[in-house]
Amino acid sequence: MKRRVPIFLTAFVGIIYVVQFFVPHRPFSGMQDLLNDWVQIIAAFAIWLGVLNLMKVSGDHVYRRASGWPLSAVIIVSFLATSVVGFFFSGGERFQDPGTPFDWIYNSIYNPLSSTMFAMLAFYVASASYRAFRARNREATLLLLAGFLVMLGRVPVGDQLTRFLPEGYRLSNLADWIMNVPNKAGQRAIMIGIALGTVSTSLRLILGIEKGHLGGES
Amino acid sequence: MHLDACLRRSARRGIASAAVLVTAAAIGVAAPVLMALGALAFLAPPVFALAALPPPDLVTVRDTPNDNGGSLTLTWVRPQCDVADNTDFHGYRIERATLPDGPFTVIADVPRGISDFVDADSIRDGVTYYYRIASRGGIPDSPGRPSIASGPGRATAQWFHRGRVNALLAVIILSGLIIFFIEYAKRGRPIFIRKIAGLDAVDEAVGRATEMGRKILYIPGTSDMDNVMTLAGIAILGRVARMTAQYETPLEIPVSRSLVMVACRETVKEAYLAAGRPDIYNDSMVYYLTDDQFGYAAALEGIMVRDRPAAIFMQGSFYAEALILAETGNSIGAIQIAGTAQASQLPFFVAASDYTLLGEELFVAGAYLSKEPRQLGSLKGQDMGKAIILLLLLVGIIIQTTGLYDFSSLFVVQ
Repeated sequence: MKRRVPIFLTAFVGIIYVVQFFVPHRPFSGMQDLLNDWVQIIAAFAIWLGVLNLMKVSGDHVYRRASGWPLSAVIIVSFLATSVVGFFFSGGERFQDPGTPFDWIYNSIYNPLSSTMFAMLAFYVASASYRAFRARNREATLLLLAGFLVMLGRVPVGDQLTRFLPEGYRLSNLADWIMNVPNKAGQRAIMIGIALGTVSTSLRLILGIEKGHLGGES
Repeated sequence: MHLDACLRRSARRGIASAAVLVTAAAIGVAAPVLMALGALAFLAPPVFALAALPPPDLVTVRDTPNDNGGSLTLTWVRPQCDVADNTDFHGYRIERATLPDGPFTVIADVPRGISDFVDADSIRDGVTYYYRIASRGGIPDSPGRPSIASGPGRATAQWFHRGRVNALLAVIILSGLIIFFIEYAKRGRPIFIRKIAGLDAVDEAVGRATEMGRKILYIPGTSDMDNVMTLAGIAILGRVARMTAQYETPLEIPVSRSLVMVACRETVKEAYLAAGRPDIYNDSMVYYLTDDQFGYAAALEGIMVRDRPAAIFMQGSFYAEALILAETGNSIGAIQIAGTAQASQLPFFVAASDYTLLGEELFVAGAYLSKEPRQLGSLKGQDMGKAIILLLLLVGIIIQTTGLYDFSSLFVVQ
């Protein structure tokens, strides 16, 4: 029973999603939006599960003085401080309004921290590129060459270096060709595979063959 | 004094009234002439005259196809004065009535240059509607003579979307192939599946962590349970958890979605039960961090650097955090098996991980690892679908290149 009900629900909802794509008539026309709304509502309720779990795990770390417990204490204090400010010190009708203390926390603490993490990507791209572009074998050499040409073709100096060539044969054009022809062909092959994989996985879920997500053997 | 003023005002009113009458008479005489000239306008260059705003021709009303009712589509032929450089011509005024004689009410003003309009404003299915369209122009903006009433139009809902016949055929063929090969495999027929290095390396990764006595970090992506990549990632987690239960290897699964946490817990618990080791399962193996993308990435980076897991699995849907995680894992020397169907993140995983499941390989992972005949049959059906697409591509290249037919139009889904 514990397994059958979720499998039945998965199959039922999955079939509704397929049918509503081909049947514009009511009641199928509004089914997708309705089910998507349900997902949002369930996820909104479920977030409490996550928040409570985070507080429990962090509180446990602090209590046991586990390794890195001060970081857990920072989580608890930050969570409580943000919640209290949002609920009780908004100063306006809505806590997200510009000028509220919550807005200040969002703009002065949260946003810079997120931006910092995002900005670190630039350094990671450099180190990953350094490793990927080492000419260890034929494929890696091709990758290095293609990457070099695309990067050079994307900056003005690329065209300056090849200005003796006729218009249309300069580095920027070569970079465009690499991106639009071999690169796009590869991307499309992957996309076709992904689409087929998605259909196949969905069908296995609808037919109840794939049960891994329900905690069972597939 | 007052009388003089009154007389002067009366005289002015009289002159004004006379002017209005003369103008009206002139228009009355001139209008038929101007209208006749308007009818002959096609003989002359598109010179626009406000006094003779011609209505659009051939106004048709029909039910909007492939919808759930409540909508009618109007089409018309634009008059000659509706040209791009004619800024005096503003567009069209559309009027609607339920009877051919009216009363008509204005429902919309649309700009020039268009020749169709979908009316979905309070249209009731089964009720007949009539439409008139007038051209608009001049300063102030005013409509000219409307077209004759067109109709009746009656809205209905359709039971099948005719613009998606090709998609339905594709679904039927692909599903048929998959179901056929599932049945084929169930009868015990041998099915060959090519080796996938990333999945064969799962044993190696778990073994390495066991030997080193360090934990395995499993990251199921940043999407929720409504994403099929997350489901595929959790299917792999089931296999990994069964192995960690057998070898008593520590397993840690930090997640970014509450529902994923619940699903992962259930999966891991079942796996430990199936492996006969429910005693070493603990709910704290799966825990929630945050829904925030970069907050999640920062927390995972911290866990990697502090705890230095021996093996890291990244299976699911990843976005910009993919490279942050993979590079950090690489820097601590962990064996990394990544997998996603986010095409834009695949190059990062390939560059920074030891093994990468490329797109569809993520979806086949559960079936591949389980070796269960029905699942393997579905993979075979999927491969046959790929073969058909390859064949269609070759045929399409020939037909499209020779210009015999617009082959690609067969694959457009509305």
